Amino acid sequence: MLEDKDRIFQNLYNDFGADLTSAKQRGDWKDTKEICGKGREWIINEIKESELRGRGGAGFPTGLKWSFAPKEVGSRPHYLVINADESEPGTCKDRDILRFEPHKLIEGCLLASYAVNAHKCYIYIRGEYFNEGQKLQTAIDEAYKDGLLGKNSAGTDWELDIYIHYGAGAYICGEETALLESIEGKKGQPRLKPPFPALIGLYGCPTIINNVETISVVPTILRRGGKWFSSLGRPKNTGSKIYCISGNVNNPCNVEEEMGIPLKELIEKHAGGVIGGWDNLKAVIPGGSSMPLLPKETCETIKMDFDACVENKTGLGTAGIVVINKDQDIIKCMARIARFYKHESCGQCTPCREGSGWMWRMLERMAKGEATRDEVDMLLDVTKQIEGHTICAFGEGSSWPVQGLIRNFKDEIIERNKFDPIVKKQKDIPYLIDQHLLEEENA
Amino acid sequence: MAVKKISKVQPEKFEFNKKNKETADSIIKNYPSGKQQSAVMALLYLAQKQNDNWIPLSAMKYIAKYLDMPYIKVYEVATFYSMYNLTPVGKYFFQVCTTTPCMLRGAYNLVDVCKRKISEDENCLSEDGKTSWLEVECLGACVNAPMLQLNEDYYEDLDPTKLEQIIDKISNDEVPQPGSYRGRLSSEPENTRKTLIGNKNA
Repeated sequence: MLEDKDRIFQNLYNDFGADLTSAKQRGDWKDTKEICGKGREWIINEIKESELRGRGGAGFPTGLKWSFAPKEVGSRPHYLVINADESEPGTCKDRDILRFEPHKLIEGCLLASYAVNAHKCYIYIRGEYFNEGQKLQTAIDEAYKDGLLGKNSAGTDWELDIYIHYGAGAYICGEETALLESIEGKKGQPRLKPPFPALIGLYGCPTIINNVETISVVPTILRRGGKWFSSLGRPKNTGSKIYCISGNVNNPCNVEEEMGIPLKELIEKHAGGVIGGWDNLKAVIPGGSSMPLLPKETCETIKMDFDACVENKTGLGTAGIVVINKDQDIIKCMARIARFYKHESCGQCTPCREGSGWMWRMLERMAKGEATRDEVDMLLDVTKQIEGHTICAFGEGSSWPVQGLIRNFKDEIIERNKFDPIVKKQKDIPYLIDQHLLEEENA
Repeated sequence: MAVKKISKVQPEKFEFNKKNKETADSIIKNYPSGKQQSAVMALLYLAQKQNDNWIPLSAMKYIAKYLDMPYIKVYEVATFYSMYNLTPVGKYFFQVCTTTPCMLRGAYNLVDVCKRKISEDENCLSEDGKTSWLEVECLGACVNAPMLQLNEDYYEDLDPTKLEQIIDKISNDEVPQPGSYRGRLSSEPENTRKTLIGNKNA
């Protein structure tokens, strides 16, 4: 277990208050000038050495991402954009950073902006987090007043302005290029990559986009050294991470822990155990709703970091752990997730726009036991048709949870949906047609 | 799920009041010159607040002129994002999160209370016309589930009885205290905190 002194977010539970004075007492804004004085290369190298991976879901190495920004500022200005559009079901870590540790984020913005040559930083906060946004704005105002932002930010001779941009309730805007579209005042529909935002991003200018948690840990890493950060966890999966444990546990909570902590320890120790005891556990979604669920056997042993999750055919994602116990109907839970994706699909790519609705409707019928046996394979086929055939990763995000369900609970679905195929004679009809529609009474 | 449709009854004219005009101008300054279109989301939100929590077509036209952009682009944005209400909603607007983490902790019991105490259909106002409710997707407070958003505030750790009390208060025009309804201050584990012990109640 991580020692308390090694926890980066000392005010995760708001024991001290989020204002500048108490933030400074916790060590924020200390020696910011000296850190910048060591130069861009040093900052980027230190982050590379820390092996920090993005905390927004994809786990891309942060130092590497920063090094993609052009070294010299050309005719186009550089931008830093912070992704605070936290909408992944099961995840609520950024909210606590915004409201309780805003100065870690702001200082991180300054250091990151300096490293990537940006003078303007936009923080994209989901519209529902209005109050959290106001708290962050208060902190930004405090920082301006104290000379930590503006023309000569914190004495570093670097000019930085931070603006908040509110979203308006679109999950897809958490995708980095959709987020840029949204800041530009358009519908949040992802762009094709390449070109990558590091070269052509916001307003066509080089843009670095990072998650709130990623940026908020940067000041501490630079102060205590990349080596310290990489000493936590294991190689390529270093540091600490805020885990959100929700669902059927006795004490749902956010907790900062070392990377690679066993899932069982997180649930049993921090979240007070599964409701009804460990034996009542059915499945766990380890990384926000878009990651495939894990059956109980895997939950016994799995360690929570990027690579260990991939080895178990899932992903760490945002580390939003949703615990589902045996009192719940697992098919219904997944049908609800499928409905979420149906609602949130931006509609740009056909496989995702149509497929997410198919998956939802099929799962709803399967939850009620109204589907036929062969539809289970058909559903799996639909997920494969979506996955990899869309512009952004939403296609994977919406089909993986369904694949996870089929992979682990196929027997249970078939047990409930025992009907023979409705239209046996018309087997040559392409599976694209929802076969139940061919039934006379539904015609 | 919300039905995104345009209200049949539309006011003829919309204009920002003086205060919102100032706010709008200062928001536009946050973006590089010539990129004033970026402010469209914020301006739509301002218009929504000014116009009793919904956006009429005249406001979209007004904003299009305000930002020097085509009306259809404003319309696109207003219809794309789910937080913009295009039909009148209650002065007190309940948005109940029912995505899986909340559902696991009984969000649909809250929905039942809303159906019983506000209106059977989520697209209709309550009888007194002050309140309406909507089932929404994840609001990002999963460890405090089940929860709902009332206008801009989060009400967390709810149960049906507590929600009934909240709705009763609202119908008397009292706005109840937002936050956790089980006495939690944040997202810390109740009673069993194992971390940051030294900081506790600092």
